Amino acid sequence: MPLTIGVPRETFPGEKRVATVPDVVEKLIKLGFAVAVESGAGDGANFADDTYRAAGAEIVADAASLWSKADIVFKVRAPSTAEAGLVKQGGALIGFVWPAQNPELMQQLAARGATVLAIDALPRMLSRAQKMDALTSQAGVAGYRAVIEAANAFGRFFAGQITAAGKVPPAKVFIAGAGVAGLAAIGTAAGLGAIVRANDTRAEVADQVKSLGGEFVKVDYAEEGGGGGGYAKVMSEGFQQAQREMYAKQARDVDIIITTALIPGKPAPKLITAEMVQSMRAGSVIVDMAAEQGGNCELTEPGQAVVKHGVTIVGYTDLPSRLAKQASTLYATNLLRLTEELCKAQKEKGDGTIDVNMDDDAIRGLTVIKDGSITWPAPAPKLPAAAPAAAKPAAPPPAAKGHGHGAGAPMAGSALAMLFGGGAILFWLVGAFAPASFLSHFTVFVLACFVGYMVVWNVTPALHTPLMSVTNAISSIIAIGALVQIAPPLAGVAEGRPSGWILGLAVLALALTAINMFGGFAVTRRMLAMFRK
Amino acid sequence: MSANLSVAAYIGATILFILSLGGLSNPETSRRGNLYGIVGMTLAVLATVFGPRVTLAGIPWIVGAMVVGGSIGLYAAKKVQMTQMPELVALMHSLVGLAACLVGFASYIDTSIVFSGAEKAIHELEIYVGIYIGAVTFSGSIIAFGKLSGKIGGKPMLLPARHWLNLAGALIVIYCAYAFVQAETMSAGMALLLVMTLIGLLFGIHMVMAIGGADMPVVVSMLNSYSGWAAAATGFMLSNDLLIVVGALVGSSGAILSYIMCRAMNRNFISVIAGGFGTGGGTVVKQADGEPAGEVTAISAPETAELLREARNVIIVPGYGMAVAQAQHTVYEITQLLREKGVNVRFGIHPVAGRMPGHMNVLLAEAKVPYDIVMEMDELNEDFPATDVSIVIGANDIVNPAAEDDPASPIAGMPVLQVWKAKTSIVMKRSMASGYAGVDNPLFYKENNRMLFGDAKKMLDEVLAALKA
Repeated sequence: MPLTIGVPRETFPGEKRVATVPDVVEKLIKLGFAVAVESGAGDGANFADDTYRAAGAEIVADAASLWSKADIVFKVRAPSTAEAGLVKQGGALIGFVWPAQNPELMQQLAARGATVLAIDALPRMLSRAQKMDALTSQAGVAGYRAVIEAANAFGRFFAGQITAAGKVPPAKVFIAGAGVAGLAAIGTAAGLGAIVRANDTRAEVADQVKSLGGEFVKVDYAEEGGGGGGYAKVMSEGFQQAQREMYAKQARDVDIIITTALIPGKPAPKLITAEMVQSMRAGSVIVDMAAEQGGNCELTEPGQAVVKHGVTIVGYTDLPSRLAKQASTLYATNLLRLTEELCKAQKEKGDGTIDVNMDDDAIRGLTVIKDGSITWPAPAPKLPAAAPAAAKPAAPPPAAKGHGHGAGAPMAGSALAMLFGGGAILFWLVGAFAPASFLSHFTVFVLACFVGYMVVWNVTPALHTPLMSVTNAISSIIAIGALVQIAPPLAGVAEGRPSGWILGLAVLALALTAINMFGGFAVTRRMLAMFRK
Repeated sequence: MSANLSVAAYIGATILFILSLGGLSNPETSRRGNLYGIVGMTLAVLATVFGPRVTLAGIPWIVGAMVVGGSIGLYAAKKVQMTQMPELVALMHSLVGLAACLVGFASYIDTSIVFSGAEKAIHELEIYVGIYIGAVTFSGSIIAFGKLSGKIGGKPMLLPARHWLNLAGALIVIYCAYAFVQAETMSAGMALLLVMTLIGLLFGIHMVMAIGGADMPVVVSMLNSYSGWAAAATGFMLSNDLLIVVGALVGSSGAILSYIMCRAMNRNFISVIAGGFGTGGGTVVKQADGEPAGEVTAISAPETAELLREARNVIIVPGYGMAVAQAQHTVYEITQLLREKGVNVRFGIHPVAGRMPGHMNVLLAEAKVPYDIVMEMDELNEDFPATDVSIVIGANDIVNPAAEDDPASPIAGMPVLQVWKAKTSIVMKRSMASGYAGVDNPLFYKENNRMLFGDAKKMLDEVLAALKA
């Protein structure tokens, strides 16, 4: 019996997102599910009922009949008390739940015997969980929107320009916290042409900041701020002091500050004090993305944009919802990936059933209520929180290389001394014991080795194959050896010389090398003729 | 032709060979380099044939052997597919090795050359060493040929106590050398020589059998080097400076190439030359513990075409899979189409991609890809973050992020192409099987990675069709 996935209209005031979009509806139907969407659910995100209908979903007129119909409900925001009461007995709910903040809601859902997967409880350090990571996808949207909000409130261009009407300086943007939202903001602001600086307590994100076109501002104090799982931790007093000084300095200099600093389970750290706001130029903008958790700025008023000391402080808590179409599309895909995970155990592909497999680390983490019993918080996943710095020494930066293979790093002094020592002993042995005729050959041999080394060292890798085939052809010089054996001038000493044998061996050797000689040069020629600009 | 004149000709030939190798260092001068080689070889052969060491009686034999061998060689060179180049080169190495053996035996049974004292001992040692290197080169190249052409499985065959076997073999060879120099009669010496040859052959087989398919580029260039040393040893044996010089040139250039390959794979050069690949406890075969668990995201050919159409920077990373599927021409057609649309398409070549050094470059050249958009790993690695789509065609280990991230990985520290840093990477592969190194590839599970399953040629044809549509 295929299950029905229900998508109600979000009831939270001002929430415009929707938990699934028409494109994803089609894919859910392919997995064997029936999909029901409440009429008007997609309106806020510009998805009309008809588009859902065209994708194969059934449009249900009101919330009550949708909830009663749906075996699995996809939501964005955590359900309200009224909605929680509508959950089908033994049904499933997938969406943001925030179990830590909503203990009563958890009790209520458990009482309905429901299975609840909280997308916010996803173990994010599992690499295969990334495709389901709605926190990340929504934070990315929020980061983008934060810059747009800032640009909206800011009275100047972002990019510097020199026009006939005068010179426009570029805007300077400072971004506090380089998590997903912060990085998205860095990329967006840099894309608009602003000078972007960013700071984070986790030093390892510096490269990411740079890769997006930002400049990483260090706090002048040695302490590592990674708290595991990609989150930051609370820092020491000394660090915070140094950090405050840095922020005060940036506040005087920049036009726009975007703060994204969050510490899990704690109110947002107050990074921007009232004095710092005062020190900013009139017309500057602060976008406080941590407003919902109290804000990174002392003067933030959550949910509103206010002007204080001439500085616009934007404290919207619904940034993803302000980009509802994009946020919904990404969120819907996250849920689709999650659904695919749940469908892995389907006996028949596309039979529209799910299996909440508690042995799967990702699913285990997500599942906060299983068949009416609360299973939150999940034990830490088996995978450790990734050995952080350990990987670094494994990959030494390759030596700078020029043409071909470059000169290579000079050998260590001790190795060189040993090499020379070994060479000296070898040469001494040869000089002491070998006859003169051998010595002259040996001289030639050693010098030729060096010539070979010098000549080949700078070959471009592209030509390695032709080089090999040409050296192979050249090694058929051994034909000379065969040639001189075929019919040497015998000066009467050849009593009992097995000339027949020698001739046979030499002719065979000559034929073999001739294959090599002609074949090798011909094939090299053929190859080289193909190389063209 | 007098002896002095032929020596002068030899010097000329030597210079031409050096110029030949030097010319091969750059595509602009490479064709001329090959020509120098041909001229040098002709000069050397003619100088010998008309020199004092060959009498008129030998001419018919020489012409006969050259014609037979030459026509076989030319035929093979004409017929060979570019994807089969590694096999051909390996097979040719074996011929040089065999010829070195034959010349060595012929020299030993030749009673017309009489030495005494230290000279005799040295001469006999030279014969001994020449035959030994020849035998190793011969059997090793035959096995390499078998592995490259798929007649022998690519997996490394590791005998128990193989290092002891090698050591025992080496000791027998050294003992035989001692006994051989002391040997009174030719038949006693011949028996020892045959024992040593047998061990040399076995050693060659054993050495190459123990090496996995992915390390073949090193093996091929190493055998190339051995064939040079065989020629040099023959030169000592026959007191012929030309042979010594050219043998040493080839030998050292092959060794340098192997060294470059080893560096590209972060392997120890010494352990390769000694034939003991993966000395540190079978690094080649060990499966990484803790498989990177995860889900791969598949993609279809039309979706790939869509991604390519919207990209501005594309990097294509070909591997052995492209050679197997003969997909290089389709790759180039796609490249051409995209370049006409203003997409910046480039190729990233890993030094050990394919089964022979520079294998990929040859294939791309065959498909008429201009060589100035074919880049080396180092030239390209920094550009991946600015790349929209990177396509990996039938490569695995050379794009494995575990080499950088996972110190426990068998391929840890090997420089790799950082395709995962592109906005999207697409891996074309037949299935989820791991590469020759037997290591799972975390790249496949990365969030920005897509898998395009199927035969590379067929899939690329579909992508091409979708692009044209």
